[in-house]
Amino acid sequence: MPRTLFDKLWDAHVVVPETADAPAVLYIDLHLVHEVTSPQAFTELRQRGLPVRRTERTLATLDHSTPTLPAGANGELPYYTAEAKMQVETLRRNAAEFGVRLYDFGSGHRGVVHVIGPELGATQPGMTIVCGDSHTSTHGAFGAIAFGIGTSEVGHVLASQCLLQRKPKTMAIEVDGRLGAGVSAKDVILHIIKSIGVEGGTGHAIEYRGSAIRGLDMEGRMTLCNMSIEAGARCGMVAPDEITFDYLRGRPLAPQGADFEAAVARWRALASDDGASFDRVVRIDAADIAPTVTWGTHPGMGAAIDASVPADDDAQTVKARAYMGFEAGEALVGHPVDVVFIGSCTNGRLSDLRVAASLLRGRKVHPRVRMLVVPGSEAVKQGAEAEGLHEVFRAAGAEWREPGCSMCIAMNGDLVAPGQTSVSTSNRNFEGRQGKGARTVLASPATAAASAIAGAIADPRALRADQ
Amino acid sequence: MNPITRIQSTTLVLPQENIDTDQIIPARFLTTTERTGLGRAAFYDWRYDGEGHERADSLLNAPESRGRAILVAGRNFGCGSSREHAPWALLDYGFQAVISSEIADIFRSNALKNGLVAIVLAPDQHAELLARPGIELCIDLESMSIRDPHGWRAGFTLDAFARRCLMMGVDQLGYLLAQRAAIEAFEER
Repeated sequence: MPRTLFDKLWDAHVVVPETADAPAVLYIDLHLVHEVTSPQAFTELRQRGLPVRRTERTLATLDHSTPTLPAGANGELPYYTAEAKMQVETLRRNAAEFGVRLYDFGSGHRGVVHVIGPELGATQPGMTIVCGDSHTSTHGAFGAIAFGIGTSEVGHVLASQCLLQRKPKTMAIEVDGRLGAGVSAKDVILHIIKSIGVEGGTGHAIEYRGSAIRGLDMEGRMTLCNMSIEAGARCGMVAPDEITFDYLRGRPLAPQGADFEAAVARWRALASDDGASFDRVVRIDAADIAPTVTWGTHPGMGAAIDASVPADDDAQTVKARAYMGFEAGEALVGHPVDVVFIGSCTNGRLSDLRVAASLLRGRKVHPRVRMLVVPGSEAVKQGAEAEGLHEVFRAAGAEWREPGCSMCIAMNGDLVAPGQTSVSTSNRNFEGRQGKGARTVLASPATAAASAIAGAIADPRALRADQ
Repeated sequence: MNPITRIQSTTLVLPQENIDTDQIIPARFLTTTERTGLGRAAFYDWRYDGEGHERADSLLNAPESRGRAILVAGRNFGCGSSREHAPWALLDYGFQAVISSEIADIFRSNALKNGLVAIVLAPDQHAELLARPGIELCIDLESMSIRDPHGWRAGFTLDAFARRCLMMGVDQLGYLLAQRAAIEAFEER
């Protein structure tokens, strides 16, 4: 019987099959760990006298609670709170005690966990990958089953390298045709979530298919898969192809030499069979996708940038509009902006920074706007600086920061003030997400850069036309 | 974990749809390395103003809300991040069960692992509970039903394994560790 890619990967990782009485025991190939969701799991192991079962399948870094300003004159990093510093030190202690590899400050690879996994080549096709972070779906871009777990499950994987899981349903999202100029992977996923809703993917594993998806580079596919969780999906994936293999070739933790070619031969088989059936199929015409932003307080409240804020009068829309400071029927373009954030596991990679820099080169950030550019990892920072992108951002008046999650989750002190409007390349626009009372407009790097220049929500296509 | 067979309480209704985990516990409370004491952070920005004073207009602060163990929430409760701090905070606040017509996957999994009974009801029955805040309910895991004292009844389903763990008060790690031989055999394949 023809099988989907998801079915194939699932079947290959079943240790004990699912029954009516018990979920499957599913083997996990790669476990990514960060400081926020792991301390209580290590405590559990310590209390039970358990070791980490597979340290070589476990990889840790520091990203959520870390400052994005460099160390001061005293050599101390400016942690937001003593508790944040203690959380970082706790992961250092746990990693040393349990023998887990930690990509720490100065390692050259510390960064947002979903940026460094792929960039190290740790993320590979065919794998099962988990992390105590909902945006683990990012790694599905390589043709892997990748999903976020809670802290109890972090403990399960540390101790047993397995998880108890019920098999989700499958959903195909097919995007065919050519994307318009100025339309990026971020716009595609915001358009998808707007179309299927924030609970549209609940209980499902998504496979993104179609010519528009095949045409995305790996960083675009990561942006796409990253926000699968914002549609409620368990995970999202793209079948691997030459673009995937080219990205991975030569990465430090990928197979090397003849082993790599052997791996590619295996990876080529990782695709849904012709005639494989999905529980649900959604078809989207790429030509219908415009640069897309959110106007409300969840990622499904989005609209094409040249559209208006909905004038609907249902309670949810009214509440969201009021929180965001939008008028019913107001044009999105031209709405004043106070903060622009470029970064995060969604859009903090080198290609994202290149797009933003290309629009900012020779221009200035509007005087009203505070703009933060936060590279996704130490390697992204290094790569950007080698190309002089940091100089472009600084010359335009933006702040060039150290890597981390920063203003996406705003738990390290990088905050949007109450009532301020932020155009952000991150993934969540929930009330208070970027700071108490902060108003978040989700957007692509191009839209964010164009908005920084205008001091208001701006259509990047108009700016490009000026050039 | 204590075994749970039955939860009896008046309900607290938060009818908003898509209550995300950033509302349940804002990210700034996630720097803890413990899982205890998070009840104060539960719905913090709904319960406290910018100066940290209790908001009088928050149902969650009302004296009559205290001790209510059953939360009835609008559709798609718990969407957003995977933070297990969300069920930890709700449990520490005093909730033992949450009922909605849709509950986000990761939140539900986290909740059930911690003894917070996450129940999905059919939309019409869910709507009835939303419309009748503060009623007395009894959730019975044995019969997988919810009743009020006047004969209203709704059935629900719960994953058989999660239900058994709840009713026996056992956590799932012990079960996984008992699969060691199968895991070793898989690794040698």
